[in-house]
Amino acid sequence: MLDYFLTEEQRMMVETAKEIAEKKIVPVRAEYDENQTFPNDVFKVIADADLTGVYIPEEYGGCAGDTPIMNMCLVTEELSKACGGISLAFAGSALGALPVILSGSDEQKKRWLPRVASGTLAAFGITESDAGSDAASMRTTAVKDGGDYIVNGSKMFITNGGEAELYSIFAMTDKNKGARGCSCFVLEKGMPGFEFGKKEDKMGIRASATRELVFQDCRVPAGNMLGREGSGFMTAMKTFDNSRPGVGSQALGIAAGALELAVDYARQRKQFGRPIIANQGLQWMLADMAMQVEAARALIYATARWIDSGAKRPTGPSAMAKCFASDVAMKVAIDAIQIFGGVGFTKEYPIEKYARDAKITQIYEGTNQIQRDEIALALIKEAARK
Amino acid sequence: MHIAVCIKQVPDTTEVRINPETNTLVREGVKSIVNPFDAYAIEEGVRIRERLGEGKVTVVTMGPPQADSALREAIAVGADEAVLLCGRAFAGADTWATSLTLALAMRKLRPDVVLAGKQAIDGDTAQVGPGISCHLDWPQACYVSKIRDIRKGEAIVECLMETGKEVLAVELPAVLTVVKEINEPRLPSFKGKLRARKAVIAVWDDQAIGADPEKIGLKGSPTAVNRIFSPPRRGGGEMIAAASAGDAAKLLVAKIKELRIA
Repeated sequence: MLDYFLTEEQRMMVETAKEIAEKKIVPVRAEYDENQTFPNDVFKVIADADLTGVYIPEEYGGCAGDTPIMNMCLVTEELSKACGGISLAFAGSALGALPVILSGSDEQKKRWLPRVASGTLAAFGITESDAGSDAASMRTTAVKDGGDYIVNGSKMFITNGGEAELYSIFAMTDKNKGARGCSCFVLEKGMPGFEFGKKEDKMGIRASATRELVFQDCRVPAGNMLGREGSGFMTAMKTFDNSRPGVGSQALGIAAGALELAVDYARQRKQFGRPIIANQGLQWMLADMAMQVEAARALIYATARWIDSGAKRPTGPSAMAKCFASDVAMKVAIDAIQIFGGVGFTKEYPIEKYARDAKITQIYEGTNQIQRDEIALALIKEAARK
Repeated sequence: MHIAVCIKQVPDTTEVRINPETNTLVREGVKSIVNPFDAYAIEEGVRIRERLGEGKVTVVTMGPPQADSALREAIAVGADEAVLLCGRAFAGADTWATSLTLALAMRKLRPDVVLAGKQAIDGDTAQVGPGISCHLDWPQACYVSKIRDIRKGEAIVECLMETGKEVLAVELPAVLTVVKEINEPRLPSFKGKLRARKAVIAVWDDQAIGADPEKIGLKGSPTAVNRIFSPPRRGGGEMIAAASAGDAAKLLVAKIKELRIA
């Protein structure tokens, strides 16, 4: 509804993504969700349309211009309006590439980013069975051996797991140093000792692959380490600062898509001889949904633009964007089902999927409880500086 | 290889509405698009260039200045250059004059092959593509569903027939019109859209293609549309209500006899 004064390039990215969403995602979303089909075909269309390069600098094969995070958010939002699961192939790949963008050397960027920009799928691996919100207690280790590191351990709930070619993974190079003993490595699918474990059967985002990564004496060249030894945790935190508005955008897309469907349905559905949208009670529900969606969008865009302007530590606003938008997505999607009534509860209509897809956005890349911790911490730090 | 693709901008509707008062197409409020069949021709042109690893695709249309947007859409999905044949002299052309105009543009462009959709969804004549080949005295292959092989001087194509497929070896340059079975057109890419926005589109008038003013546009058109009309809607049928199928059949037979149908 509002005009956010996007650049002409950004409007073209949005148009491109919108056409893909309508023509390539909407027709397959129910089937891919039901069968948990990974959207390799759709991701290829996204890549062929150059959208996999929107967050990657020109010198590394992308087309980010000065606004990589804003571009990533806009494309994620548009794709997520059609399907929050299929869009995650794109968003999860961006998350996997961010550590390289943020902490990679020029040589490393030249090695991996042009591939990502042209459609090689990437993934990000930090979570372990005993290291979820408490990421610093991870058990995966990387032990130096000559010019290599030997990686052992496992990662779980990895988005794009098994499908991606490139993996930014985190492992302890020095267990005694806690968070300062964590390092980040880029692993490629097919490296000996790098296997895939269980694929999760999930409530939502079912077209996305969520899988375990298993490392058994996996030999990784030292040249695949991003940044210096022990800088992994910083890389992870910087990555989240940049990626959380992206999760927010996925949530925003789900919310905006659900709202649009709800308005359309309420205009069509007749009871007591008139469309149900003629009822003021329902109008007020839609008005509340629209306010929430627009507020989420404004917060995400403002945060993304601030990050793109070179913000040093955007942790607070970044957490707000993710947390607010994902809470909005959950609320709006559930209310949209209410507007659909009985049919909204069936799989005949696409709306129930929006609610199932929305739920994860409140959980991953830091639960919304963790986001609130981050926001409070930012508040305290700011107050202490006064 | 130089591939020319002839396209047409048409109203975005498969049900072209006709104003019964004026017998003209209702264009108000209807978005313009690239004729869907021409989209397959553009895609095939781009695929030929990609397959050969060399060459260029030039897209050509005859139309008003607004047809510029159709050419830019073609560039967004991979065409390299575009020519808009635009001028008062071209206005009101029938299929003969239109195909002559396009043929003159082809003579100037000198492509190795000309592609077009089998027909446009507004006029539905399927005459302009073959017409171009006749004016140029080049070979034609229509309803092409596959280009098996193409190289300088020759193409092997499969044409869709009512009862099967015909495989033709066509000497180039030739005009090929394509059907939707030939490919699945790609969606425009972001960089394609950027290129389309910046592209400089050549605009040629009648003089630029050396056209005889008597042979183009309304003047050069041997045919004229006398009347366009929507056939009157047929009235609703009569439902036969009866207790059983047998009774209904008897009633039906009685009706048929009464109306002397049989």
